[in-house]
Amino acid sequence: MSTAKGLLQKRPNYIGKILLQGFLIIVTIIQIYPLIWLAFFSLKDNSEIFSGDVVGLPKKFLWSNYAKALSDGHVLTYFSNSVLVTAATILLVLILASMTGYAISRMNWKLSNLTMTLILLGMMVPIHAALLPLFMVLKNLHLLNTYWSLIIPYVAFGIPLAVFILSSFFKGVPRELEESAVMDGCGIYRTFFSIMLPLVSPAIATVAIFTFLSCWNELMFATTFINNESYQTLTVGMMSMVGTYITQWGIIGAGLMIATIPTIIIYLLLNKQVQKSMIAGAVKG
Amino acid sequence: MNSVFSNKKAIAIFVLPTLLIFCTIVLVPIFVSSYYSLLDWNGVGKGAFIGLDNYKEMFTDTRALNSIKNSMLFAAASIFIQLPLSLVLALILASTIKGEGFYRTVYFIPVLISTVVIAQLWSKIYNADYGLLNWLLESIGLSNLAQDWLGQKDTALVASFIPTLWQYVGYHMLLMYAGAKSISQDIFEAAKIDGASRIRTAFSITIPLMRPILKVCLVFSVIGAFKVFDLIYVLTGGGPLFTTEVPSTLMYTTIFDTYRYGYGSAISVFIILECLVFTVIINKFFKTE
Repeated sequence: MSTAKGLLQKRPNYIGKILLQGFLIIVTIIQIYPLIWLAFFSLKDNSEIFSGDVVGLPKKFLWSNYAKALSDGHVLTYFSNSVLVTAATILLVLILASMTGYAISRMNWKLSNLTMTLILLGMMVPIHAALLPLFMVLKNLHLLNTYWSLIIPYVAFGIPLAVFILSSFFKGVPRELEESAVMDGCGIYRTFFSIMLPLVSPAIATVAIFTFLSCWNELMFATTFINNESYQTLTVGMMSMVGTYITQWGIIGAGLMIATIPTIIIYLLLNKQVQKSMIAGAVKG
Repeated sequence: MNSVFSNKKAIAIFVLPTLLIFCTIVLVPIFVSSYYSLLDWNGVGKGAFIGLDNYKEMFTDTRALNSIKNSMLFAAASIFIQLPLSLVLALILASTIKGEGFYRTVYFIPVLISTVVIAQLWSKIYNADYGLLNWLLESIGLSNLAQDWLGQKDTALVASFIPTLWQYVGYHMLLMYAGAKSISQDIFEAAKIDGASRIRTAFSITIPLMRPILKVCLVFSVIGAFKVFDLIYVLTGGGPLFTTEVPSTLMYTTIFDTYRYGYGSAISVFIILECLVFTVIINKFFKTE
């Protein structure tokens, strides 16, 4: 009797679960199929794309699309530029923000709260506001069309969130660790670099991931401050590449894939950490 | 001990470089933009001071008003379509379902991809002749619906909303999921013992307790809609005939195509103020209710 009742109660639950799984799978297809489609057509030639088989697997994997995109489409140049600008930005943000975050959360000075408030205010500022003034300044300093015209603004706009995340991590480190380091004769620099910095490595990873994503994908500054093709980053480069190969879907697709692959690799390797970073980045609000 | 932690020289070395770059690049430009917005200026020589005329123009010009209307519609679409969908997904995934980690990981992928890539991809999806969407419609026998989605005035606006909604569903889902997961399990146990159904539990317990994160999502989607630039710039450039224009693309073309630096700055100041005002309103709304 009791088992029969149990079965009766379980059955609707079971159907409900199948329906839920079905719904989740449909959403999965909607979220992921466009990207798979991109991967497919990046390996096709025009005759295959335009002959009506838009959705299927490529008949022959045309890797030459990738070679063409990299060399003739200058994607290799854009890619290296993006790597350089992003790496420099991450490094500078980490150095500046960790020092400042440490000074704000652990050192004693009168203006520390005010400084924090000021920097937190910066998180609310959209980059739109800075676009024209920065353009004028960079133009007058003859910095347009250099890597610095991107690195400096990216660092500046990356600082607020980085300081916020790092200083809240520093706050969580027990005082005793620091104090015993000082007792043992460490100066402030040594305490910071050898004792404290390694202790906040999760926060450093979070900031690095967040900064990577925002630099790698940034368009507005990149398209405004750089028009010399040899300094363009991927986002801007993609636009000029699409202009060059308007009808050559395969090559365009290959370029888009190349721009996306590093992000996907990082995500597949570190997906838990990336998800955590994005949550940490949001909780500021 | 204390002398080490209040070493003035060390503090200066730690803080001043950051403050210098932050103030000159992030804070000062706001004031500069506000000043520019009061000028009639093409970037060469000195501009003429014209007071608030640029702002007056913005609120009477149909093109500018249309761009503001579009960004409002965009915000509404993310509040009423994207956020509910994200919430449903988050609640399902948070209720410990099979494959939870897989779905969460996959739904989040589009968030990480550059908007430029997303926009190019969707322009291919919408392509009138070989696009995925028209192919799909034809293969399910709705070929009469197939059309040039981005080229026509009556479909372009909706078509340009969809990629962003699609891209960030996973983002809000993740935030809401984290919010739902942070609720103490004891409460759910108690609800279960009291015989509350899953849906009842979601509406009476989970969602009310998720208010802080729902507020964050609401702020993000509204501000994101007001600031949207990349997607429209790449996908339609504001066309056809300005139907998909938003304030930030209007600001961009005003400054860099027509060299009206003053008017463009007025639009940028408007965007900042709009974001600030709505952040305050949403915070107020969540406090009083």
